[in-house]
Amino acid sequence: MDLGIVWFCLIALLWIGYFTLEGFDFGVGMLLPVLGRTETERRVVVNTIGPLWDGNEVWLLVAGGATFAAFPEWYAAMFSGFFLPLLVIVLALIVRGLAFEYRAKRDSPRWKARWDAVIITGSLIPALLWGVAFGNIVRGVRLGPDQVLQGSVLDLLNPYALLGGLTTLLLFLTHGAMFLALKTTGDIQVRARRLSDQVGLAAAVVAVAFLAWSFALRGSPGSAVLSVIAAGALVAGLVASRLGRDGWAFLGTFVTIGAAVAALFTGLYPDVLPSRLNDAWSLTVTNAASSAYTLKIMTIVAVAFTPLVLLYQGWSYWVFRRRIGTQHIPAAPASGPPAAPAHSPAVR
Amino acid sequence: MNTLDISRWQFGIITIYHFLFVPITIGLSAIVACYQTAWLRTGTESYLRLTKFFGKLFLINFAIGVATGIVQEFQFGMNWSEYSRFVGDVFGAPLAMEGLLAFFLESTFLGLWIFGWDRLPRRIHLACIWIVHVGTLLSAYFILAANSWMQHPVGYALNPKTHRAELKDIGAVLFNSTQLVTFPHTISACFLTGGAFVLGIGLWQLMRAKTPDVDRVMYRNAARVGAWVSLVSGALVAITGDLQGKIMTEQQPMKMAAAEALYNTRSGASFSLFTIGSLDGKHEIWSLRLPKLLSFLATGSFNGKVDGINQIQAAYVERYGPGSYLPVVPATYWSFRLMIGLGVLAMLVAAATLWATRRGRQPRSRLLFASALVIPVLPVAANSFGWLFTEMGRQPWAVFGVLSTRDGVSPGVSPGAALTSLLALTVLYAVLAVVEFGLLAKYIRAGADPYAEPADLSLRDLAASGSAGEDADRPLTFAY
Repeated sequence: MDLGIVWFCLIALLWIGYFTLEGFDFGVGMLLPVLGRTETERRVVVNTIGPLWDGNEVWLLVAGGATFAAFPEWYAAMFSGFFLPLLVIVLALIVRGLAFEYRAKRDSPRWKARWDAVIITGSLIPALLWGVAFGNIVRGVRLGPDQVLQGSVLDLLNPYALLGGLTTLLLFLTHGAMFLALKTTGDIQVRARRLSDQVGLAAAVVAVAFLAWSFALRGSPGSAVLSVIAAGALVAGLVASRLGRDGWAFLGTFVTIGAAVAALFTGLYPDVLPSRLNDAWSLTVTNAASSAYTLKIMTIVAVAFTPLVLLYQGWSYWVFRRRIGTQHIPAAPASGPPAAPAHSPAVR
Repeated sequence: MNTLDISRWQFGIITIYHFLFVPITIGLSAIVACYQTAWLRTGTESYLRLTKFFGKLFLINFAIGVATGIVQEFQFGMNWSEYSRFVGDVFGAPLAMEGLLAFFLESTFLGLWIFGWDRLPRRIHLACIWIVHVGTLLSAYFILAANSWMQHPVGYALNPKTHRAELKDIGAVLFNSTQLVTFPHTISACFLTGGAFVLGIGLWQLMRAKTPDVDRVMYRNAARVGAWVSLVSGALVAITGDLQGKIMTEQQPMKMAAAEALYNTRSGASFSLFTIGSLDGKHEIWSLRLPKLLSFLATGSFNGKVDGINQIQAAYVERYGPGSYLPVVPATYWSFRLMIGLGVLAMLVAAATLWATRRGRQPRSRLLFASALVIPVLPVAANSFGWLFTEMGRQPWAVFGVLSTRDGVSPGVSPGAALTSLLALTVLYAVLAVVEFGLLAKYIRAGADPYAEPADLSLRDLAASGSAGEDADRPLTFAY
């Protein structure tokens, strides 16, 4: 079997991992002001993803590194071609990551409000721009014969790609709301369920429109099946949410996002970065790939270590599986000693 | 300015900035893990307090290291697309391995460590911080292997059809002779940095008037542990640095010549501690010289022959074609000296601290108290100068002898876009430095929290912690 195809699938898998996982923590970040009305509630919201978001973000770093190693031409053309949007995404991810760690580090309301604003915008911007970026890849870019992107950054803001951005934004919002409904108790949970119903409907409409348009642009039987699975899972998730089955509801948006990303990649194949100027200038799994030797080495490494990663990352999700509510938030956040647990022998 | 110059400035600024935090992370994670191990084995309360105290400072640091690491990976494609295209087949492999083998480990187990105090059995919780440390070492190994390949490209062949470097032997890349000395050198420097961090903060807390007297024993321990770590790892930095110098002389003679501003080939060459005057080989006014030392550093023999810049330049023109193969000599000359000098200075303070605190003594020297605040900065600055030296000394090459830096830049990125990126990142990084410094100062000043016994859970408790038991509403020990 051609290892170029294997790596195309693996990179698709890494993006599926990234969007299904970081997708919900983007959603949680965006929902911070909506679902967290008091400081304690906002801390509940932040703490649902506290131990998890960083591991989720690594999927992006590995997707980037894998593209560099397996398809250097794709990595080079795409990252330099999407220079400004990527810069904005990177800036957002930098400040967002710090915000989670730093917001609790001072007890001043102004300090916290500022980091909250960072979490919200730092989640919203990538949630929107990743969709725009993927829309442009599927639509094709003005890739010249030298594999350099021509035209201005404004070319990237076309209606189809913008619809893609809106789709990821709404899907991640719904996904985040489903996650919060699954991981919290009390008022936050009630609000999260209500919100996922409302945003979920809008997300369903927009996502179906985007997937249909994508199919029209670059469709294949495979991508059609996956698009239908994505839409069906979303509807099923929304129904489950109505019935108060939070776990099934979250699984629904999880499958939706995964299947939608898979549908886009399936439609894209065998191209990785299509040229709108001339089909012959498109980057494909063949002409953008690394040498057979590099792909072989990378395949061995991936086969050996990906299951291990899934195992321990899954374990960390299991350790932090418990729902949290306002009653679980300790009074003193980061400064001051931790409260001694009730059943511990040494109580101060 | 053109895209090339702007991209070079950006690469320099954001890489140096990223590496301000990385060594602290690597060194400190080990020291924190050791303190936690010591607490678990002996039950000594102050060891847990130090674990949490330095753990908190470690996390403030780690966050900024992680955040600034994202750009590191993206900028190869963004600003250096021709470089990425040319080397991706070789250089991308260790980068992808770093992500898969190291980043996942670090981020997942760090989350478990931060939030796991009352949710994991003690031994498993301890294992988490050790795994984080192993993750940082793995990460360093892969990225240094990638860098070593740029210093000394091996295990590849040029494909004339695609004009790309293609990987032929992954073992050669991962166990490159340059890598085998660079990794220990860098890691020792990271431990020196972490040691100096713990030493400086421990010493400052030990000596300042406000510290409660009962806590002085604890901070004395931190100061001495930090000092020992600094001294031992400082010695390893020197030994590995010496080995590295000899390999560098062999592989990149121009870098060694530029480190001394040695223009003409000489046997028994001296090493100047510093020079007054220009470093173009013409207008030297005065210099303080140690006889024959350069020859020893470069070749291992006091009478060894060291090639001069002029001779190497002539040889390179013959081999690679016309052009200048000189790095910026004043930059290499001074960064080489500052790297060594600041590292040695850190070791001297460490030795002074050990002397001043010997057999339970309370140090009184005002000079030592003042240097407590400076000492964490010394190795950090030495690390930066080390990178400036090794990267600027390789110029004009991106991949030595194979690809020039000039040929690696992105052709499609306009100077305007590149400048936007440079300015945005530099301004953001400056703001973050202020925030980070303020937070570190706050938590250093606050000192270690009082002792609180963490929950002692069994594996069965961990399995049951998902269900609503009798203490389902018990607050978490730690939350953001």
